[in-house]
Amino acid sequence: MEEGIPTRMGDGSLTRMTRSEIKADIEAGTQAAAAKAKVPPLSDVEQEHLLDIYASKARFTAVDMGEGVIISADGSGTRHIGTRQNDMQCFEQLLGADIIELWHIDYSFKAVKTVLPFEQQEMKDCLNVITSPMQYGAMPDLGRYTQPDGPIANWSELMPLGKIDEARDAQLEAVEQAVDDMVFVADGMAAVGADGIDLDTTGAAGDADFLAALRATEIIRKKHPDMGIEMGMAGEFVLGMHGQIEYDGRRLAGMWPLAQLKAAEKAGATIFGPCVNVNTGKSGAWNVARAITLVKPCMAEAKIPIHMNAGMGVGAVPMCRYLPLDAVSRASKAMVEILRLDGL
Amino acid sequence: MQMTRGMRLQPAKEYVAAKLGVSVEDLVDPLAMSEVRREKGLGTLIYGECAEPTEPQVMEAKFHIAEVLDVPIACVDGFKKRAIA
Repeated sequence: MEEGIPTRMGDGSLTRMTRSEIKADIEAGTQAAAAKAKVPPLSDVEQEHLLDIYASKARFTAVDMGEGVIISADGSGTRHIGTRQNDMQCFEQLLGADIIELWHIDYSFKAVKTVLPFEQQEMKDCLNVITSPMQYGAMPDLGRYTQPDGPIANWSELMPLGKIDEARDAQLEAVEQAVDDMVFVADGMAAVGADGIDLDTTGAAGDADFLAALRATEIIRKKHPDMGIEMGMAGEFVLGMHGQIEYDGRRLAGMWPLAQLKAAEKAGATIFGPCVNVNTGKSGAWNVARAITLVKPCMAEAKIPIHMNAGMGVGAVPMCRYLPLDAVSRASKAMVEILRLDGL
Repeated sequence: MQMTRGMRLQPAKEYVAAKLGVSVEDLVDPLAMSEVRREKGLGTLIYGECAEPTEPQVMEAKFHIAEVLDVPIACVDGFKKRAIA
């Protein structure tokens, strides 16, 4: 009888699966991704590699020496240790993060623009005590521009009323405002010497949200040629909340990671972060096989570094508050080794 | 090199190793890199018992990083512009 190996589900709960069950889940995960996104499944060798990682009982695992990648720690810090500056120092000095990110608790460019001078001062103070590159991060957060939080008609309310044209117009109106805010904040951060800007959870509100980030990236790239622009996605698939928005001649709705990457490169991003959401009802092994399958087409074609999103609920890392080290280290090792990522 | 130059990982490692005069393998060796960082003024971990306050640190180190790696660092350029009349 096969031994039960401790392993995690997508919600972080601990379970036991036999080696055969883990193997079956890996195959099911890659086939599910291949069928959905019309991409090749992982090879037998790659699946076997995943099986070795996930069938291990080790508390912690890691890549081989010399195979390390860059860690871009969006939302650096814990917010509970001293000042934000202390937080940044902790992430650099104690955790060894390679790219440190300053951020506001209201992680939205619309919110940050109202307190920009304070954020600029914080960034400048941090740059004086941090050696690693520093970027400033927030979300395009297109939904924030809608009523009651913002000035624009709420397209989520217009659509069920059958007011599709009005809903589309509202989204495009929000795009203009979001672009202005992202560029405004980037200008402010460039002025104090930040090394980069992070447009986090791009596409969270669908195709219009993605368009806003792409347009903002174009403008920021032109104005600040040496500024890093990291574009981290919100999901593996761009939702068609508008449905007809195009960028560079391609419809944004329905884009999977490879097409997202192409758009980001065209706009002028310097780091792209594909994101694959976790299915909490499936095992970690299923989730990682699926995630790697969806992102793998990016790797051969990427002209810019790929930093896969690997955190709570994305990149095969469980969707739970306190992330189990065994799950995080397995997912990280698997994704780095099979995808040959440039970072996480 | 990734953030502002958009370099993929392997070319970035090779670039940095070449500029520092070390092998790519040396980049992950904390003992080797501590020596390199000290020699070139690139900054080391600021660690209690091993603190070296008279060595270049943080902003001071970034001046050297920009020069050694031949890469523009925005806060260094800003510091020079604002500090030197």
